Amino acid sequence: MALPKYTEPHYRIWHYFYLFVCGCVFFFLIAPLFVIFPLSFNAEEFLVFTDGMKRLDPDAFSLRWYNDMIYGTKNPWGLAARNSFIIAIFATLGSIILGTLAALGLSSRHMPYKGLIMAILISPMIVPLIISGVAIFFFMAKVGLAATHLGIILAHIILGTPFVVITVTATLSGFDHSITRAASSLGSSPYNTFMKITLPLILPGVISGGLFAFVTSFDEVVVVLFLAGLDNTTIPIQMWTGLREQLSPTILAVATCLIVLSVLILLTAELLRRRSERLRGINR
Amino acid sequence: MSSETGKILTTDGIPLEESLKQSEKKNKIKAFLLVAPLLLFLIITYMIPIGDMFSRSIDDKMVTNMLPKTYKAMENWDGKELPPEEVFEAFYLDYKILVKNKTAGKLQTQLNYEKNGFKSVLKKLARKQKKFEDGNYKEQIMKVHKRWRNVEYWRAIKRRAPSYTYSKYLKGIDMYSNEDGKIVQVSEDRRIHRILWIRTVEVAFFVTLFCFLMAYPIAHLLATLPMKYSNLLMICVLLPFWTSLLVRTASWMILLQQQGIVNDFFVWIGLVADDNRPEMMYNKTGTYVAMTQILLPFMVLPLYSVMKTISPSLMRAGKSLGATPAVAFFKVYFPLTIPGIGAGCLLVFILAIGYYITPALVGGASGTLISNQIAYHMKSTLDWSFASAMGLMLLTGVLVIYWIYNKLVGVDNIKLG
Repeated sequence: MALPKYTEPHYRIWHYFYLFVCGCVFFFLIAPLFVIFPLSFNAEEFLVFTDGMKRLDPDAFSLRWYNDMIYGTKNPWGLAARNSFIIAIFATLGSIILGTLAALGLSSRHMPYKGLIMAILISPMIVPLIISGVAIFFFMAKVGLAATHLGIILAHIILGTPFVVITVTATLSGFDHSITRAASSLGSSPYNTFMKITLPLILPGVISGGLFAFVTSFDEVVVVLFLAGLDNTTIPIQMWTGLREQLSPTILAVATCLIVLSVLILLTAELLRRRSERLRGINR
Repeated sequence: MSSETGKILTTDGIPLEESLKQSEKKNKIKAFLLVAPLLLFLIITYMIPIGDMFSRSIDDKMVTNMLPKTYKAMENWDGKELPPEEVFEAFYLDYKILVKNKTAGKLQTQLNYEKNGFKSVLKKLARKQKKFEDGNYKEQIMKVHKRWRNVEYWRAIKRRAPSYTYSKYLKGIDMYSNEDGKIVQVSEDRRIHRILWIRTVEVAFFVTLFCFLMAYPIAHLLATLPMKYSNLLMICVLLPFWTSLLVRTASWMILLQQQGIVNDFFVWIGLVADDNRPEMMYNKTGTYVAMTQILLPFMVLPLYSVMKTISPSLMRAGKSLGATPAVAFFKVYFPLTIPGIGAGCLLVFILAIGYYITPALVGGASGTLISNQIAYHMKSTLDWSFASAMGLMLLTGVLVIYWIYNKLVGVDNIKLG
């Protein structure tokens, strides 16, 4: 964004001010994440930068909190991580299947009451989580699924499907339906058409919706707080308890791992977005 | 083709019109069957439970079920003078069963809500009624405590006769229905819920405003920079977006604590004295700062996607026609971004108004919102019907906003990433 030479001085000042403001906002957005990183390698138990760390003294850094996270006595993180992954994976699969089917139906021009049905399918995203939590808890308690993995997985499918529905519908909006008709006219069965033609084309949308569903489930704490028993504790629940009681550097070690995970997810999502843009470009 | 009859037939002899209708119907059913599993799933596990919240919130069957005979006998009592003997008898019989089943405590608590001092009267009756003789219960009950002669207490019982009540909703806005059945405000020192509602709206409003003020410039920069720079800067928006909410809240807890980096910085530039570091966490400041940063991506992304579609030549055209940059911006660029502003603001507002985790962790006592109160009643006081009532009041507010959102932007226009 270099300014042309003829720019007047006051506009020039205004422009640099604008860049400065943008810089500050970007800093505000990203800087808090980088605080966690160095502090998780702290050799001390305090959550402040010690003098040793400021001097970059190697003795001031250690891996003891990572050690504590993995091997610590009575540490809940192993169980929590296993539960979190199991719940998130099954919730993602459920969301993908139900959400993709629904999106396929919704994008058909024959679908009756489209607006109303879309509103219902998206509603878990709009209704405040605390209300969803209360409602889902009442349901799960009634059918005896409170404090079970299945109950939490079902709850997370409820919260995750809107993302899949939205991303897949968006992908399908650029979808050329004459391709599937061509396949059918060439004798392909509906199942074959879906597997060989439709699915590969909408796959980026399905996967990115699945990523949203995975992150939603993996990071969800409000609904799980109502539903979880001692055996179904998840990483967010453990972090929540830890943050409420005492902020220990072990939490920061876990947080660092979560940031690394989100970087991986971000990269995947970006790659998918570009791929889907490229595919749509070819379609045009 | 039978052009003589004027009807076009398909190869199997069915009129084309009918055949098309049939296939249309088939397609409709096919489309609906695809949506049906998710729709059914959501209706059973989500929509009906929300309806269940409503019936819970107005449910008042507990007292009605505990005193069935009494309410039957009370049907003919006008409530002006002391009830007749049969009401006393029915009440004695109902209460005897409750005492025997050890559930009288619930009734005592419930009726004490209705009229202060009811609990002790009922407890005394529970002790004395063992020695009651058959017949003339009115005399015997009134002898136990002189308050039984006061018609107010009987009216209090009668007020709980309906099996439905809206008292939980009144409680949610610090009102109650008094002894004469009038709706009045609770005493000034007990008006806690109204403060919470106002604070929730206030926090949601200001967080939305701050998000807008911060997101607009950076969305503009991202939309106008060349691709290779903007992709890099976009990571600054997307990385927090994909990072766990708890991680981001944790990082604000570290930054804002009294010995934290923000305070260190303030001391270093001499803004505050080292021994007088301000509390920035466990109050409203903490809630504002953390929520703004956490919700900022939800404002940037819709703004960015709208700004991306605005051609830069429009601004140049404005300027070449003699507009100053400021005029060109406000007359040309800004109006074009309004759909994005609407989408972003409503999205952030809806998310902020129901926020729970961050206020609970960094909000302290003065920074908690209505969601925290709902969770408190769900988990601590176990007053689920009150939690349901408050939840539905919040939901109504959100649905109104959602409806406006739908009118302005349309739900199917939500873009993610």
